[in-house]
Formats: sequence, structure tokens, C-alpha cells
Amino acid sequence: MSLLKLENIAYEYEAGTAMQVRALEQVSIEINENEFIGIIGHTGSGKSTLMQLMNGLLVPCEGRVLFRGEDINGKDYDKRKLHCNIGLVFQYPENQLFESSVLKDVMFGPGNKGMTPEEAEDRAKLALGRVNLGEEYYEKIPFELSGGEKRRAAIAGVMAMDPDVMILDEPAAGLDPGSREELLNSLAELHETGKTIIIVSHSMEDLAGYVDRIIVLNEGRIWSDGKKAEVFSRVEELEAMGLSAPEPVYLMKALRRRGFDVREEVFTVAGAVEELKRLSGGPGNA
Amino acid sequence: MLRDITLGRYYRSDSIIHKLDPRVKLFAVLMFVLTMFMGDRYLHLAAAALSLLVLIVVSRIPFSYIVRGLRFIAVLLTMSALCIVFFTKGRELWSYGILRITYEGVQKAVFVSIRLVLLILGSSLLTLTTTPGNLTDGMDRSLGFLEKIKIPVHDIAMMMSVALRFIPILTEETDKIMKAQTSRGADFESGGVIRRAKALLPLLVPLFIAAFRRANDLATAMDARCYMGGAGRTKMRPLRYGRRDYIAYLLIVLYVILMAGIRFC
Repeated sequence: MSLLKLENIAYEYEAGTAMQVRALEQVSIEINENEFIGIIGHTGSGKSTLMQLMNGLLVPCEGRVLFRGEDINGKDYDKRKLHCNIGLVFQYPENQLFESSVLKDVMFGPGNKGMTPEEAEDRAKLALGRVNLGEEYYEKIPFELSGGEKRRAAIAGVMAMDPDVMILDEPAAGLDPGSREELLNSLAELHETGKTIIIVSHSMEDLAGYVDRIIVLNEGRIWSDGKKAEVFSRVEELEAMGLSAPEPVYLMKALRRRGFDVREEVFTVAGAVEELKRLSGGPGNA
Repeated sequence: MLRDITLGRYYRSDSIIHKLDPRVKLFAVLMFVLTMFMGDRYLHLAAAALSLLVLIVVSRIPFSYIVRGLRFIAVLLTMSALCIVFFTKGRELWSYGILRITYEGVQKAVFVSIRLVLLILGSSLLTLTTTPGNLTDGMDRSLGFLEKIKIPVHDIAMMMSVALRFIPILTEETDKIMKAQTSRGADFESGGVIRRAKALLPLLVPLFIAAFRRANDLATAMDARCYMGGAGRTKMRPLRYGRRDYIAYLLIVLYVILMAGIRFC
């Protein structure tokens, strides 16, 4: 049985008015444990809608959403519990901070999950450790943190609920490169513990280094759903949809065109460097 | 539910009402409100309701959309109706201890409630068919003469326009924050009054911050575009009356005469 399953989902905004918009059409996705998925798509392709349908914030107009085999929109389904099992992190999550201390804010989620204050505190500290916010941050007022620190605190707030699935919308948006990498590494570490992580992003480079599977949304439908190598190699088609492949792919393709025997499935700068080293026969060669 | 606050929100459409000069619409709302308070018979309410119905149809705004906005006012309506029912003196209908409901009370409550609904519908129609920018222009032009006696008409118009514009912005922010906190397991629905009030904290704190942040950004943006108040500002598209505006003025005057007639005959 899959962890999270979307069966033929359709969603419409402002149904019945002049501003009616069919955001998603015939979307079916199956997600299992321990996956690391990236969702990409042009602006307006339905990514936010999809995210919110996955954790039950929105109810589909057609189709079903199943978590561990149960219909999350069924009668009597406890959505509050679901929220603690499918953690959603919106864009610019630092806007949701409200408590008088970082620790208390991160404890909010686990507290709502029904844990005792002691358990919640332990969870919170664990989560804060994952995002590299140490003890010195616990009693600070959230609003005196830097942008990147606030972001990490907000994400820790969702991590602390220990959800089986974490869905993040542009988690690295607006962060400097160092913070980006740190954050994505934290997520990768979380993935290693068996969790499923889903990242919605515009940045192919961000995703390329971390995810295994890519789902591409185009105009409310799924255009492609498969291994990143397959998806990223279809460069022209991605560009036609307003997307692109990660930069290293372009470099490799260009080199191949000039006769160099390089692998095309290289998506990160580090990978490209390795490949070029291999090609030139080792460091130090021209 | 928060999407349903239609007060202050503009509904894009191509109707005649949308194309009317904002000054005409402002005058219409003013006359509408004045005649409503002048009116004391059900015939007045009927005339107002009928006129509103015609306007809503002409404006091509779906009826369901407008009525949705009323849901939000339902609480206010019920409270005022209850106050009137229990505190008006007259022929007794029912009593229990110190609570008394009178025949006059019920009558008055019904009348005032209907009037309140019509007033809100009428004012909503103004903001639904006029963009905030347009509204400001309209107020600027029609009340501009007051600047001579040092009343800062332009500044007031600008403040009102920004405030109106902020209603949908803040409801959007509230929506976002609610979704984010709900996703962390927050519960805004269950529990008694005190529990629910406490549960609002994760919503109100971020909302206040968001509001100030937005206001700050707006002020900086206006500064950056050299906004220095109303003195000497010109318009890209100055307001000009057209034939349909004169016809509208005529219809409004006829409406006022009709309402006065019902009152004094």
C-alpha cells in the first residue's frame, strides 16, 4: 500500500463565477515511504494547489486522496491528525512565527499533536538540532533572528511534529547560497532517516542535487513523473514549458556535441567537475 | 469563508455600472443611504430592494457572490435585531422573567434588519463596481472644493482608498496564516469562547506583523515614486462625464423624488 495516493484529482477555483479556474485536471500520483521528490512547473501550473490537496487543506472537486489507504476527505477522518503526519511548509514560512521564544514556537506543532510538554520540548530540540539552531537560540525572540534563522526555525516547527511526509514550497527561496545548501542538506539528512520529502521549486539546480524523482506539472496536468535523469534530459520540451534543465546538463550536452565523451546524466556542479576530471584523466592535466 | 468578504473587493466586469463615472456612483450611494433613513414604510424598503435588484442584474455580478458577503454581517445583524426585540417598549407578546418581547419590538427588528441588509448591499455594489483608484479620484474631484477651507480631502481620500484596498490584502494574509498554522495542527474551530480566543493568537500575531510590514512597504513604494501628497498631482485619465452619466444622475433624482413621494403622500 502506498503512503500517499492521489487518484484522478481535479480542482477548480471560484467555481460558478466569472473568475473560475480549473487548476488541476486528472492528476494521479503515488508516493511511498522514503522518497525524495521534486515537483516543478511554470507559475500557475497548479503546484500550490497540489500541495494543499495532499495534506487536506483543500478538498478535490473530483477524485480521491488516500493516506495509508484511507480517504482523507472521508466522513469522520481526523484531518488535524493528518496535518501532523503530512507536514506542509509554505513559502516564506517565517511569517507564521508568533511565540515569545523560538523553542515555544517550535513546540507548537508537537503540542497540537497531543504530546506532553516534555515530549514536545524534546521533539522541538531535536528538530532545531536538525536545522542547526543550537541551544543559544532556544530562548531568543523569533523576531530578532535573521531571515535565514527564522526560516530554519519555521521549518523546524513542522519537522518537530515528526511527520512521515514533509512537503515544502520553495524552502530555499530568498536565502543566500550557504544557507540554501545547509537547509537542503538538513532535508537530505531527514530523508536518510526514512521520511519522504517533497520539494516544490523553480530551481532545477536545488532539486538536482537532492531528489531522485521529478514530477513536472504543466497547465494543471502531470506532464512527466519519473527519475530525474529521464526528466532532465528532455531539455527542449522543458524549455517549451517555461522550465529548464539544471545548468550542468547544458554544459555536458555542449561538450558531447563537440565530440567529448561525457555522460549526460550530470546534474550538479560537483558532478560536472568529477566528470571533467575523469575526462581529462585526473587532476593536473589540461 | 474569508474569501467571502466582498466589502472593499472589486469584481471585474464589463457592465454599464462599472463604466459609470465614480462621482455618479458616490452620489447614488449617498442618496440611497439618505433616502433609506428618511423612509419609514415597507414601501420604501420595497422600492429600494427593487432598485438594487435591477442594479445588480445590470452590473452582471452573480447574485450568489453578493449574498456571500452578507454572511459575514450575519452576526451583527442578529445582535442588533435581538437588542431591538428585547428593548423596545410596547404590547407584550411573550415574557420570561425580566425578558420581554413586544409586538412593536418584533416589527421594528424586522424593519431595521431589512434596512441594514439593503444598506450593506447598496454600499457593496459601490466597491464591487468601482476600483479603489477610481473611487479616490471620484472623491477627490467631487469634494475638492473643501481643500479651500483647509480640509485635506485628497489625503482623506487616499487613506480611505488604501484602507479599502487593504481589506482583501489582509484577508488574503489571514487565509495564508490560517493555512500555515492549521498545517501545524492548530484548531480554530472547536472549544468554548475562551479556548477559541486563545487559539487566535497564532493567527493574530503574525497578522499584525504582516499588516505593518505591508503598510511599511507601501509607504516606501509611494515615497520611491515621489508621492508627496495631493498638491499639484495630475491624472493620467481625468474623469469626464459621458452621456450615460447624465442619464444616471437623472435616474437617481427620480428615485429620490419617488422615495420622498412615498414618505409625504
